[in-house]
Formats: sequence, C-alpha cells, structure tokens
Amino acid sequence: MSPVSGSGANPLRDPADRRLPRIAGPSGLVIFGVTGDLSRKKLMPAVYDLANRGLLPPGFSLVGFARREWANEDFAQEVHDAVKAHARTPFREEVWQQLIQGMRFVQGTFDDDEAFERLRSTIDELDKAQGTGGNFAFYLSVPPRSFPVVIQQLKKHGLADQSGGSWRRAVIEKPFGHDLKSAEELNAIVHEVFTPDQVFRIDHYLGKETVQNILALRFANTMFEPIWNRSFVDHVQITMAEDIGIGGRAGYYDGIGAARDVIQNHLLQLLALTAMEEPSSFGAQALAAEKTKVLGAVRLPKDLGESTVRGQYAAGWQGGEKVIGYLEEDGIDPRSKTDTYAAIKVGIDNRRWAGVPFYLRTGKRLGRRVTEIAVVFQRAPHSPFDHTATEELGQNAIVIRVQPDEGITVRFGSKVPGTSMEIRDVSMDFAYGESFTESSPEAYERLILDVLLGDANLFPRTEEVELSWKILDPIEQYWDKHGRPAQYQSGTWGPAEADEMLARDGRSWRRP
Amino acid sequence: MKIDLTDTTAGEINKALVQGRRAIGTPAVGMVLTLVIVTDEENAYDALKAANDASREHPSRTLVVIKRISRTPRDRTSSRLDAEVRVGAEAGTGETVVLRLYGEVVGHADSVVLPLLLPDAPVVVWWPVNAPLEPAKDPLGALAQRRVTDTYASEEPVRELTARAEAYTPGDTDLSWTRITPWRSMLAAALDQVTCQVQAVEVEGEEFNPSCELLAMWLADRLDVPVRRSPSAGPGLTGVRMDTTCGPITLDRADGSLATLSIEGQPARAVALKRRDTAELIAEELRRLDPDDTYASALRYGVDRLNTVPDRGASFSEESEAPTSASTSASASAGAGEPSPAEDAPVAEPEPVQEAAKAPAKKATARAAKKTPSRKASAK
Repeated sequence: MSPVSGSGANPLRDPADRRLPRIAGPSGLVIFGVTGDLSRKKLMPAVYDLANRGLLPPGFSLVGFARREWANEDFAQEVHDAVKAHARTPFREEVWQQLIQGMRFVQGTFDDDEAFERLRSTIDELDKAQGTGGNFAFYLSVPPRSFPVVIQQLKKHGLADQSGGSWRRAVIEKPFGHDLKSAEELNAIVHEVFTPDQVFRIDHYLGKETVQNILALRFANTMFEPIWNRSFVDHVQITMAEDIGIGGRAGYYDGIGAARDVIQNHLLQLLALTAMEEPSSFGAQALAAEKTKVLGAVRLPKDLGESTVRGQYAAGWQGGEKVIGYLEEDGIDPRSKTDTYAAIKVGIDNRRWAGVPFYLRTGKRLGRRVTEIAVVFQRAPHSPFDHTATEELGQNAIVIRVQPDEGITVRFGSKVPGTSMEIRDVSMDFAYGESFTESSPEAYERLILDVLLGDANLFPRTEEVELSWKILDPIEQYWDKHGRPAQYQSGTWGPAEADEMLARDGRSWRRP
Repeated sequence: MKIDLTDTTAGEINKALVQGRRAIGTPAVGMVLTLVIVTDEENAYDALKAANDASREHPSRTLVVIKRISRTPRDRTSSRLDAEVRVGAEAGTGETVVLRLYGEVVGHADSVVLPLLLPDAPVVVWWPVNAPLEPAKDPLGALAQRRVTDTYASEEPVRELTARAEAYTPGDTDLSWTRITPWRSMLAAALDQVTCQVQAVEVEGEEFNPSCELLAMWLADRLDVPVRRSPSAGPGLTGVRMDTTCGPITLDRADGSLATLSIEGQPARAVALKRRDTAELIAEELRRLDPDDTYASALRYGVDRLNTVPDRGASFSEESEAPTSASTSASASAGAGEPSPAEDAPVAEPEPVQEAAKAPAKKATARAAKKTPSRKASAK
C-alpha cells in the first residue's frame, strides 16, 4: 500500500470545501537537539497547538534525538511539561493522548553510528505502528558546527532517501553561515544530501501573520500599490529593536554581531517583501523569483563609512533596571569589536526604487522591543495652506508593525479643531493583534505545518541567502578594517552616529 | 462600560455607541462584521456569551434582538424598544447592543437593526433557536450575507433538514454542519492514507442529531455510494465505517472526545475529536462569509435517499438493507417506549411542524419524532 500525498485521488477533498483545514498528510518530525531551548519553548508547543487545531494527521509522530539518557516516557514527560508551560492553546487530555502514541526518543551523539541505526529502525517501526508512510522531516535544532556531521550521518544511514513516493525533508535554522563563503560551503554540504526542494530554511519572521499581511496589504488592495514607488515614497526604515542584552549567548554572539545575526536574514527578507514587484502567483517559485530579483538589485552606497554605523551597548538604565555594558558581559573579550547595534543604508537599483534610500537598523538594549517597517512618504509638492498652518505637519507614513502588537499605523495630517487653520499629524491605528490575538498562530506553527505540507513559499532559498551575504560582506569587511563600534547608552535608541547618518540626508529616525 | 436606554430609538442607540467609544478612549474601530443574534430571553445569555468569545477572533458589533412576548391585548397595542449598549471590557473586543422589543415593534425588528449595522461591513444573522423556515426571506435574514441556523435546537431536527434543503439560498448555513468539520477533516485525512475505493458507508450517532444525517449526506454526495444511518445512544456522532476495496476504515468516538481511527492493515490510532462549544462553532462560521456550496450540495442530497440502495448496488448494501429498515423501526418503537422527560411539555413553535409536514420526510422518522415531543433539552 502506498500512501498518496496530495488530494487528487481523494473524493472527500474538494477545493471548494474551504472549511476543511489544510491538514498535513501522514508524516513525522524528527528533532535533533531536542533538549534545547528552542525545542522546548517553540517547537514542542507548536506541534501540540497544531494537533489541538486538528491540523496534524492521525498517527503523526514526534521523534527526539539527543545525548541525554531518556526513555520514551521521560521524553514524553518533557514534552508534556514544555507544552503545559508554553503552548498557546489550552491543554486537552485527548489531544495529548493522540500525540503521545507517536512519541519516541533516540539517545545518542551525532557521531554515533549506532544511534543513527536506532533512529532508522525507530522510523521503520513508526511507519508500521503509526502509518507515517516513510514521510519524515528532520529538524536540525543544533549548533552550526554540528550541521555537517548530522547531515552526513543522515546520508550514511540512508535516512535522506526518498523511496516509493515518500518524502524526507530537512529543516535548518539560522545562522546560514557567517559570510558568503561559509554560506556557500554550508549549502554545498546540505545540497550534497538533500535537493534544494527538500531543504526548508526557517526564518521565523516569515511565519508571522503580519509579514504575510505585507503581501496582502500590497497586492490585494488598490490604494497602496500606486504610491508604492519613488514618485511618492521618500524613504523606508526597517527596524528590529530588542530591549534585552546578549544574555547567556556570549559564546554564540561574540564575533557574529547584530548585522550578521539580524540584518542578513530578517531585515533583508523584510526589505525584499516590502520592495519586490508583484509575483505572478503566490507559489514558492514565483515568490522566490521576485525576492531574488529585488535582493539582486540592492546596491551599497560608495562611502561605507558615511552610510553605515555600528555600536555596542554601554552600561545604563533600561526600562527602570540598571544593566551592564556589552564589554562587561560574562565571556566577552573587553576589546571585542562585535557590533550589538548596526544601521545601514542601501539603495535598490530599479525603476521603482531608484534614489529611495532604505535604512535598516537593529540593536540590543534599545528603548523597547519592536520590529516595524515604516514607509515614509514625500511631503505634498504644494501646500495651499500657509507655512504656520502646516508647521507641525510631518511626512505621511504607513508603518507595518511586525511585533509585538502586530498591526498597521497610517500617519497623516488633520486639522486641529478650532477656529484657526492648524494641521497636525494623527496616527490611525489598525491593531491586528486586537482582532486576531486568540487565533493568530505562532510563527513556528505555521512553518512546521508548511514543512509537513511541503509548502515552501515562506522559506528563503539558497540564492536569497547567498545574495544577502553579498550585500552584507563588503560592510563587514569595511568594519573589520576601519575603526571601532560606537558606544551607546543602554535603553536609548542607539549611538549618536546613527542619528548623524540620517541627518546628513536631511532625515531622522522614527521613534518606534 | 454599559449604557441603559429605555423606550428608545435606533438614533439614540447610535449616539450611545459613539459616546461609549469615546469614553473608553478608542475612537478608531477595527471591527470586521455585524453579528445579529435573534433569540428569546431564555437563550440570549448563552448566545451572547458565545458571540463575545468568538469576537476575539472576529471583532464585531453584536446586536442581540430579543423579541418579548406580549401576554395581554394592552401589551400588544403598545410598542417599546429598550436597549443596553456595552462597549469595552463587557463586550469582548467589539461592541454589543442588547435590544428588547415589546409589542408591535416585534414585527418590525429590521427597522431597528438596519440603522445599527456597521457601514459597508458584512452582516451575519444567527438564530440560536426558532429559526424561520426560510431564513433568506425573513426581514432580518434579508439584511445578511450569511444566515446561521441550528437544526439541532429544533423540535424535529431531521424533518427540519428537509425544509432547510428546500428553502436553501446561498449564504444559508447551519451549526449542525459546522459541528462535523473535524469529522469531515479526519475522514478526508484517513482517505489520504490509502488508495482504495469506498464501496459503502455507515454513519452512527444520536437519533435526534441532524449532524449525523448531514455527515451521511455529505459522504453519500461526495463518494456516490450507499450510506446507512444507524442510531446509537450518543453522545453526538459515535462512529463512521467506510467499507473500501482494501478493507474497512472506521472512526469511532464513544466518549465525545477521543476517537479511534482504524484502517485495515494499519494499527489503530487515537485522534482527538472533541465536541466543540458554541463559541468555537460561531468563530468557525464567521471565518468565511461566502456561500458554502459543499453544505448546499450535501443538504440537497436529501435525507430520504439515505439507507436506500442505489441502482448499481453492491452486494454489501443489499445485505445491509434489511437490518437498516429493521433498526429504523426499532428505534422508532424504542423512542415510544422511552420515558421522555418532556412528555407533557407543550410544543413551543407550531409553524415548523406545519411546514415540515409538507416536506417529504420519512414516515418512520416523523413517527418517531411525534412520539417524543421535545428532545431539545436533552439534545443540548
């Protein structure tokens, strides 16, 4: 019996029947590094939430792989605790009973051949006991240095082989390398074993509802797209700010820095979605084609010293709490040149965007946690009102807030009630969060489901990753040779140099 | 906050809504639809609670239309509208107006509701009980894109299904249909796992639960095979058995929450199939506002075509025909013998019976229904 994936042959499936959810076919998920934080806080709860929403197939199996000496029951208990603590939807015993039947744990290290043989037999056993049909996704929640060995082990033990209509997929997390060369090496390792359409690179930002809503906002409406170009847009600011420091991630963070950690993947993806042309469809191919095109058109300014800024947080007060500076953090070399703040200016060389600067910034220990895309429009070319009437009027803007408090803000001028003509900015707020809080799925839920369904449009492709590094590499090289990061006080909106960078263009950063 | 208005008009209510919105400091609204709930005093509380829960997913203006019963000629000649305007914490994420209609205005509820609809936003009307027989022709139903009824809450659910099929207008939908989405989804997923032809189906569930009939009709409509509907003690749907070319596929749920899926040649698996509460049903109902063609198609298949042998009948169905009719009559007599708690309760709403009598409902079902006048309480 060979399970059919897809819906062609199933008479109960009908495209017109839109109540039936997209439910994954028979499948299982193998998590490497299952004892890690990400796995406990995000992956396990996401699997439970999916099951609770009825989106997982009967017999869905979850296999954990880690060094710890656990029996299946210990693993199940661990998942149980993680689900209780972090799941979005209420805990329901019957959902748990459904999930627990397919839970297995394989103990071993990544270089242990025997452990991978055990994993193989576990998968075979699940195919028989749970009817997973040989369809498995391997989620590599492991440090980058373990990537090659795990991938090679999967190959060696035949775990990556797709036979008889079944599928095997690999899910990998950032960082996808630390520069173009290492990214290419990593891609070579992965693609030696898995073909490009088997590889899913998780950028959890792309699973967020608001990010998907950028596409809806731009391409499902008529009122935004006509002004979404250089004739009306003055500039675009994309910000991802965190209020926390590096926490316990010193080992990972030092030497990587904010630009590699955030700009290369999240911010450039947001830029691509904001600036790309309309794709011919929402299929993975068409979307990737447009994103690749726009990332390929990104140009760096000639003078990188004038148009980039990096910084390190210094001691200060963050939201009423006294915090230490980056160089004083545990495990950080006091002479470290790693950036915890990075701001860059890029242009896009195409007909739509020529001459419109895109400012990207990210940082730790900034004023508050926020991610947003602000499209700032030009001032009206002519104003019938006299100067005093519009003195207080800023530029119109559409702000897409990605997190927290997802939503869209439109800023425009409005008359102040009263007898004199005075026009000031008002913000109209569409709180997406307010409307959809309870039912908005977590990004990981959506992404795991997409992996199981084989739906790749929310995952960046190899070319996108490599193009992003091509954008960032010259900046990192410039920073390596010139100067040191500027210090900024924790709890502020970054170093003064960043403000000066925009002031040189006659602009200023939004306070998010 | 809550504003009480006595002997009022729609204009006053609109003013109170604006006043309430300003008072809580959120003049901008992000509401996506107007939900009109038409109900009686008895069911208003539960319905409103469900609607408020659903409004977290679909921020809406909820208008509860309560038609008060006039018991004296004096009451009938006077006419009064009372309203309770709730915004902020008391109203979920939207706004709620509870409208109480007395006397003549009861017959003109649409004149009260029309000025209170959100501009340019979709309108959904939901009758938790006593839905009109032709929802689309009802003055309130005519205002709506989507009309939600609940046959489960009616006196004779199965006969009412037939009436619904006859009156069906695009945009009609029924909570008995919403209730079976998880079942349909699971059955479709089960068929995803095998490549075989379904030859016959049996749907088993509570006798007075129209969801069983709807599921059976959907399966019959999609699969084009004989479908048997057999009664069980419940709760709700208890099982579906599909006989396929590669052995039986069964989905059994004895306890109303955890089901077992067994496929020939594969081990039995537990799947969660909890009976959902009304808030979840309404939230699902509001997710899509376009006509539900699948429902229409299943509903129009016709209750009377269940339990029959189609022309190209397989051997299975011929064998099963005899036990089917036997079980139907058995259940009818069982219904008669059963001491019904509501035996002497009066029939509340006479119209559906008259209308349904015209419908070609199965005699056996009708007989069974008459002998147990009100199963509404136990069905809920």
